Formats: sequence, C-alpha cells, structure tokens
Amino acid sequence: MDKKIAIIGVGQSAFVRGYPGSIRELAFEAFKEALKDASMSTREIGASVICSAPEYDKQRSPAGVLAEYLGITPKPTFYLESLCSSSSMGVRVAYSLIASGLHDVVAVIGFQKMSEISSAESQERMGRGADIQWESPFGTMMPAYYAMYARAYMEKYGLTPEDLASVRVKAATYGQINEKAVYRKPVTLEMFKDPDNPMSSPVASPLRVGDCCANADGSSCVILANKEKAEALSKKPIWILGVGAASESVNLAGRDLFTGLSVAISAAEQAYKMAGVTPKDIDVAEVHDCFTIAEVMAYENLGFCKPGEAKELIRSKETYKEGTIPVNVDGGLLSKGHPIGATGGSQIRTIVLQLRGEAGPMQVKDPKIGLVHNIGGVGLYGNVTILGR
Amino acid sequence: MAKKEMDVRFKKFGTVSFTATTKVNDFIDYLEKGKLAGTICKKCGKKYFPPRADCYNCLDSDMDWFEIDGTGKLITYSTLQYAPVGFEKDLPYTIALVDFGEFKVFGRISKDIPEDEIKVGMELKPKVVQISDGQLSFEFVKP
Repeated sequence: MDKKIAIIGVGQSAFVRGYPGSIRELAFEAFKEALKDASMSTREIGASVICSAPEYDKQRSPAGVLAEYLGITPKPTFYLESLCSSSSMGVRVAYSLIASGLHDVVAVIGFQKMSEISSAESQERMGRGADIQWESPFGTMMPAYYAMYARAYMEKYGLTPEDLASVRVKAATYGQINEKAVYRKPVTLEMFKDPDNPMSSPVASPLRVGDCCANADGSSCVILANKEKAEALSKKPIWILGVGAASESVNLAGRDLFTGLSVAISAAEQAYKMAGVTPKDIDVAEVHDCFTIAEVMAYENLGFCKPGEAKELIRSKETYKEGTIPVNVDGGLLSKGHPIGATGGSQIRTIVLQLRGEAGPMQVKDPKIGLVHNIGGVGLYGNVTILGR
Repeated sequence: MAKKEMDVRFKKFGTVSFTATTKVNDFIDYLEKGKLAGTICKKCGKKYFPPRADCYNCLDSDMDWFEIDGTGKLITYSTLQYAPVGFEKDLPYTIALVDFGEFKVFGRISKDIPEDEIKVGMELKPKVVQISDGQLSFEFVKP
C-alpha cells in the first residue's frame, strides 16, 4: 500500500429538490465545507477539476465560472465529464496531476442542478448519454436500460422483486438519518406490495418507482494533496490506496454481459491490485445504486460475493451497518439522491468520514479500508477508488 | 456556387431521430425496401450491427452491406410506462436486445406480442415498420 496521495478535505451541499440558487452558489456550499474541513486556505489549491454532466443548465464551460466564484483563479481549472461518474473520474485525474508532480494540492468539485428542467426532459437528456444514433430513436431512458439488466439478472439467478425492494428499504433506513439526503422518509416492503402506493408504480418493467434513485440538486468537493502537504496540513489524512477505471461499448448490442457491469469488474480489479488488498479487506463501501439492481450487481462485480449470490447478502442483511460488509449506509443514490456530477465526490466524502470515525449516526465500527464504486451511464464508464487510514 | 446538398436520410430513423447525417445512410434505403441491414468489413469479414462505416479491427473503411434474415434469441427486455420527451404517444412500449450469434440487435418488440407472452430466450425476427410522417423503424415479431 502506497501512501503518497491523500484526501485532506471533503464537503457536500445538502442534496435537495429545487435548489434556490445558481450553480456557482451551489458549488460554493461544498467547496466552503471542504476547506473548513481541511482547515486550509484557498491559496493552497494549485488546480481544480470541475465535474458535472452537461446540458442540465445553460452555462457552457462551467469551470471558469465556478473557479472565479470560488476564488481559485488564476490557478488552472478545467471541466471533466463522464456522466454519473464525473467526480470519481475527477479524483482519478487529480490523483495523476499530483502523482506527476505538476501540482501539490488539487480540488475536485462536482455539481449538478437538475431541477431547472422537467423530469421528462431530464430523462431525455440522461437517455442521450446512451447511443443517440442507434438506441435513443426507440425511446430509451436510464431506468429502462437498467431494467433490461434487472430482467436478465432475475431470469438467471432467481432474484425476486422483493429482493430489489429490500435494497431500497435499506437505503431508506440510512437516508432517514442522513441530514444531507433528499429523501428522508422510511420505505417498507409493504409499500412495494400496495398497488396504490407510488413506490410500487411500474416505470420500466421490472423496475418500479421505488427501485429508482431520486434526482437532486447538489455539489461535492474533495481536496487531494501529496504526502508532504497532506502531512503538513491535515491531522487525519485519508490515503488513496487504489484507483481503477474502465469503459464499455455504449450500445448494448456491443456487450456480452447483462447480469453485471464489465466496467465495475475491470475497475475493481485494477483498484484492488494497486492497493494490494482483496474484497475481504473492505470494511465499508459506497456503491452506485442509481437503481436497486445496480447495487445487487455491484456486490458481485466488486467481489463481495460470487455471481448469483447477492440475494443472500440482501436477505441476511450483511450489507447493513452492523453486517460483514456495510454498503451505502448514507442512504445511497436511492435515498441520499443523485445529482449526477456531485455523486462520486459525495460517495468519497462518505467513506472519508467513515474512515475518520466522523460519520455520526451512520458510523460503521472502526473501518480501516473503504471502497467507492461509481458508474457513468449504463455501465459505460466505471470508477473504483479504494481509501485507507 | 450552389451549396453541396447534405445527405440527411438518417433523419427518418425511429420515432425521433437525433442525428441526420452518417456515412451509413444506406441503412435507410434498406429499411425502405423492408430490409434490416448491417455492414461487413470486406477485409476481415467482421459483421457489424448497428452498421458502421469503419472497421476498428483492420482500420479499413471498405464495407459491404448484409441483410439480416433468420431469427435471434431474446436476451432481455423492458416495458416502459414512462417515456422521454417525444415518445409519450408510443406508451407503453417494449425495448429489447436480441442475439443473432455474430451480432446483437437493439430494438422494440411488436405490440402484437402481449407482454405476458414475452420470454427471455424466445425466438424473434426483425420486421421493418413505417411509423408516422414517413418515419421508419423496425421491431421484433414472432417468426
């Protein structure tokens, strides 16, 4: 395990519906919190990576606008996007900027303000994160793509709709105690069985409203530093032990695996190898549960269990806070919310707080190594980041 | 000098087409003849669906067309109750991925097949359909 680059500050805005401000003001909330968390001044930041998925707001090239508002000009800044994994990819790039020796301290700022457009428009934009030439003309959207994975998975491994609902119930358990979550209400299995309850309403079979994450406005900020700066500036640096990333054919016709995401398998392998750890070493994880089925597949793709065995982890509650491998004990994308460009940074923040022992009511018992799994598009991009004390 | 006319045939593909120009616009001509076609690299023989103008295997752009006939096996599908902007009037509809062995095809399953008769692994074949305003698409039907 190579402790050469650390995370020294993390911040996140509350994830909300209808944020009453502009994108620069939204970004400021996470940035301010990360700087206060790191007890450092803006002057220390050598470069910034600004991450979001484009077209949800009118601003083009948001990096310059945000850098000016955050007071980090004239330092270099640029915009990076890999859809929903943008800010994990930002952390990967920041890692390389520091590892190369170009910069000592880099801020990764993720943001998304989705509420300026309607839900249908949002679905149309997200849908265009798939193949607009050959798939979008059929009327595709994200829930339907993940529903196709859910169908294939359920057919092969006997996962039930109730297993999927159980993933949502777990997410809501922790969403209720995360004061930054957009969805703070409890969810029960009974809601999924009640045809009059909105949770059971079909979206794209076999997925229901309750299987889908909540769109939200939000921002996140992760500040990375080299060893020298980390040890000088931070009392509790959290080290980046491993990073992995991969891509896959955008068109489903170009893929071979429909019961898991090949990008997650590949990114995890890279990250485990770099960190010199195995799935058994992971004490707490954040996985990309944009839909309930995505969390199920993540357990297997990350090696927490064998293919087809995720349902056993769900049924035995081993991924709850007290279980052998706690997953998404901050509510996940399902309840905490999924402001696309901010999501990866928020997941990383959760793991940093867990490893520091600062996760409050969500705290897992004494975790030493944590993992973040963040997916862009429908398994189009995948990032896995392993962190340690 | 007159502006060179752009080949925008691809605008006719699907309920809503998001792009008009592509080097594989002959795809539309095949649809007009009731055929679904992919491309095959003349050099290495790799079959592509969706069709491509360029082969990434041998970095060659000399391609032939081949017509898709016969049946494939349904890999997976989903029936949508919500639709993105522009597709609302089609609801509910079922999208699917069908395996033809050398290639896979993404499309919709015909509404002639009731949802409870759709099963993973079933045999399906593509059928070209005229939607509205001259738009062209294809859907999967029982062989």
